[in-house]
Amino acid sequence: MRESGGGGGRRSALHAFVMKELRHIVRDRQTLTILLLLPLAMVVLFGFALRNDINDVRIAIVDASPDAATIALRNRLSGNPRFSIVAVARTTDVVEPLFRRGAADIAVVFPVGFGESLSRGTSTRLLLIGDASDPNTASMMAAYVNAVIASYAADRGVNRQSVQIVPQFRMRYNPTLESVNLFVPGLIALVLMLVTALMTAISLSREKERGTLEILLVSPLRPWQIIVGKVMPYLLLAFANVITALVAAWLVFHVPFRGSVVLLLGSSVLFAMVGLALGVLIAALTSSQRAAMLGAIVVTMLPNTLLSGLIFPISSLPGWLRPVTYFAPARWFIVIARGIMLKGVGMSYLWKEHVVLVVMLLLLFTAAVKSFKARLA
Amino acid sequence: MRVLGFLLRKEFLQIFRDRTILGMLFIMPVIQLLVLANAVTFEVTSVRMAVVDMDHSSMSRGVVTSLAASGRFVPVESSQSQALADGAMLDGSVNMIVVIPEGFARKLETMRRAQVQLIFDAEDGAAAGVMRSYASAILAQYSLDVGAQIFPVESMRLSPAAERAPVRGRPVLEVRHRGWYNPALDYREYMVPGILVILVTIVGSLLTAMNIVREKEAGTLDQLNVTPITRTTFIAAKLIPLWSIAMVDLMIGLVVARLVFHVPMLGSLLLIFVAATIYLAGALGIGLWISTVVETQQQAMFLIFSLLMVYLLMGGLFTPLRGMPVWAQWAADLNPIAHFVALMRSVLLKGSGVRDVAGHLLALTVIGACVLGIAVRQYHKSSR
Amino acid sequence: MSAAIDVHEMTRRFGDFTAVDAITFEVQRGEVFGFLGANGAGKTTAIKMLIGLLAPTSGTASVAGFDVATNAESVRRHIGYMSQRFSLYEDLTVRENITLYGGIYGLTDDEIRERGKALIGGLHLERAAGARVASLPLGWKQKLAFSVALLHRPAVVFLDEPTGGVDPITRRQFWETIYDAAEGGTTILVTTHYLDEAEYCDRISIMVDGRIAAMGTPSEVKGRFGAASLDDVFTELVRPQAVAVAQHA
Repeated sequence: MRESGGGGGRRSALHAFVMKELRHIVRDRQTLTILLLLPLAMVVLFGFALRNDINDVRIAIVDASPDAATIALRNRLSGNPRFSIVAVARTTDVVEPLFRRGAADIAVVFPVGFGESLSRGTSTRLLLIGDASDPNTASMMAAYVNAVIASYAADRGVNRQSVQIVPQFRMRYNPTLESVNLFVPGLIALVLMLVTALMTAISLSREKERGTLEILLVSPLRPWQIIVGKVMPYLLLAFANVITALVAAWLVFHVPFRGSVVLLLGSSVLFAMVGLALGVLIAALTSSQRAAMLGAIVVTMLPNTLLSGLIFPISSLPGWLRPVTYFAPARWFIVIARGIMLKGVGMSYLWKEHVVLVVMLLLLFTAAVKSFKARLA
Repeated sequence: MRVLGFLLRKEFLQIFRDRTILGMLFIMPVIQLLVLANAVTFEVTSVRMAVVDMDHSSMSRGVVTSLAASGRFVPVESSQSQALADGAMLDGSVNMIVVIPEGFARKLETMRRAQVQLIFDAEDGAAAGVMRSYASAILAQYSLDVGAQIFPVESMRLSPAAERAPVRGRPVLEVRHRGWYNPALDYREYMVPGILVILVTIVGSLLTAMNIVREKEAGTLDQLNVTPITRTTFIAAKLIPLWSIAMVDLMIGLVVARLVFHVPMLGSLLLIFVAATIYLAGALGIGLWISTVVETQQQAMFLIFSLLMVYLLMGGLFTPLRGMPVWAQWAADLNPIAHFVALMRSVLLKGSGVRDVAGHLLALTVIGACVLGIAVRQYHKSSR
Repeated sequence: MSAAIDVHEMTRRFGDFTAVDAITFEVQRGEVFGFLGANGAGKTTAIKMLIGLLAPTSGTASVAGFDVATNAESVRRHIGYMSQRFSLYEDLTVRENITLYGGIYGLTDDEIRERGKALIGGLHLERAAGARVASLPLGWKQKLAFSVALLHRPAVVFLDEPTGGVDPITRRQFWETIYDAAEGGTTILVTTHYLDEAEYCDRISIMVDGRIAAMGTPSEVKGRFGAASLDDVFTELVRPQAVAVAQHA
């Protein structure tokens, strides 16, 4: 007997299809565990390991004529938990080999007669030599050392100024300057992209290769229903991943949650859907599983990790690369995630980013459905 | 060994006829170098600043000017109300707000002390920290200048050796910075050696695994197992072509690094190639090992990319090793990528010699030997 | 004269499961031996042991006079193999495949050139010799794989379902080449699902559940079971097993 036509019949077909897809995934215990645990493991691992804060500056002291002042300043440095003195020498010859071996980060060179100049009030100059092969770390380290020297100078009453402008610093959204607060929202985006785009691309292209997709296309199910049915389980999976990742971020890293959690979850679902649509499109456009996987990695992973502001700030990208970042969905989601978690803002400030994601979703989905329809034509 | 020759010929023929692999060998490196090298930097060159000046004095303006003059603080907005500035920070159009309260100049003249508020968007904690030190230094210098302006004679008394420049003050204790290596402070010089490592690793590990698994998938592996070819010959035939291709890729990469990015090559290139050979032993070994564990090329890709991601992120390539917690730094001792990257950077940028990088070389040798040994044994076991 | 293939109580166990259960048989030089059995009966495992891909758990076997367990190296040098999944290199040309396998089996450059020429000529592949194997139709691929398996003039050749998916005419041509090789002294062990092909063999054996349930010339086997065709013999032997499987499903 034919099914009763119209919406009733088609709805049950879609329902049956979704159930079948769910069963597929649940039965593949191995992959399921990996898909649930791997993202969580990544968030935790990288949250711990990816730090930008330098906590161990190795200093080489070059002091040709030690006196009370140089010793005092040296003690200040060694007493600071952030620094460790790895060498004390009389000439700067020692610096180059230390740098070359990677044994020291920065050298503090005291001039001759340091203490005397300070007492007399004649100008004298300290030299900081940094290993600037990593220019960024070098400037951070120099800043730390500088701060200690400045406080020493202030305590000694040197550089006494006739007037003092006292800066009061407020570090908003992240008073302790934790780098984890910067990275974790981005890691969640990365993990979502991985699960959604990569997994859908592989799953769909595998069906394409095996030929089972053709059977589906010939069935009464419409192309958009097939796509929705295929990606629905992965959406649920992605949602589970978001929840575990957010819980990890909160429990393990104490990342603040100043905004609306509901909004965050909703935006994550939106972002996951963009990832799914992308995965479907990639599967539609490639001819083999291998190519689909490569395509997914190149098109989704690379730009979304490197050009999205996840690790490297967009503001430091060269001008010509910046427009490219507009095409990375993660870039927009990271703004949303950071905004909600760290700044505590809501839709009123984030509507633009949401609109972009919705537009991306519609474009990708339409393109995916169109390319599947083309198979039948 | 004659048999090896035949096998090598077949391998090279196959590699150069596979379009996907060719793409990965030649196009991917180009993309990596161009995009990655440019994208991967932490330099925050400037901060967008909102000014809330409620004093409107020449001194308050001077604060803003001195900050702006450094080039690092770019005034993009000014308003009378802090609320507006706060909103701008919330929506991301400014990263920093400087608030100069009313009576600022008066307090400086009468009480010799006045406060200024600097509010940073500290989402990027490290960058904000760096900007904070810059601002401190600028304000300290400006204090001196203002002091020399308001109390010229006294200033000279406090620092008698100061030059009589009427507007600028001179500190007694001055700190000068000098950076060795990387005089242009170009972050790309620091990143490119690391990116070359990624390149070499992908060729070594991923392509090896895919190559062997492809034979598994096609069934030709069984055919070879039935022939008199020894396992050793087979493994050699698989590893040698990819080793040589990885070396060629490295060579091309170095040329590009020199010509396009002007990466200095201070140290011995021979040392680099020797280290690369040792490193590749480990990378190829991982490829071989993975090929015994997976059934399809997709699984191989997935595994290797995941491993690669972990090793890269934990290896100090993008974020400094020195910033990681202690346990992560110890783990990095077992990470061949961390060693090779450090070695490349040392030799290329600092001109380190064999003795300077001996530790890394030793680690690479040990790790490579272990991995290759385990992989070969695993291969022997799995094909019986 | 020692048999080309001599198997004595060869067994292979995987954990608790016995795939091949103490089989014993001999194949003389120049015989065409049909190795039959249902899927899962243990055929493939038995062959894998004979060609040195798997080690027997117990029992002995010798191929071309060499013991498969202790002297697998020599065994491999004297056998040829054509697997079920066509396994020449599809992305290499006909000539390149010939050169490769010739070299692997230690033929000199001259031998490779001469035998290669003869092979290509024999199959009338002159015009396709420089083309990638992937571009050949299936029947030609199979014929090519068989010829390459014979290139180094092995004493024994193992063919695993060599005519799968091939049209009847090509199948007949294939069997003609098999007979030619056998006449030249090559021993051939072939597995097949096509029971009409089984009639072409000198002797056959039928494996059921890891054991050899019947062995002899095709007419001997048919006679023992009082069947008109090998098809009936097969059904007779395999039915109880099928019933058992159905009962446990």
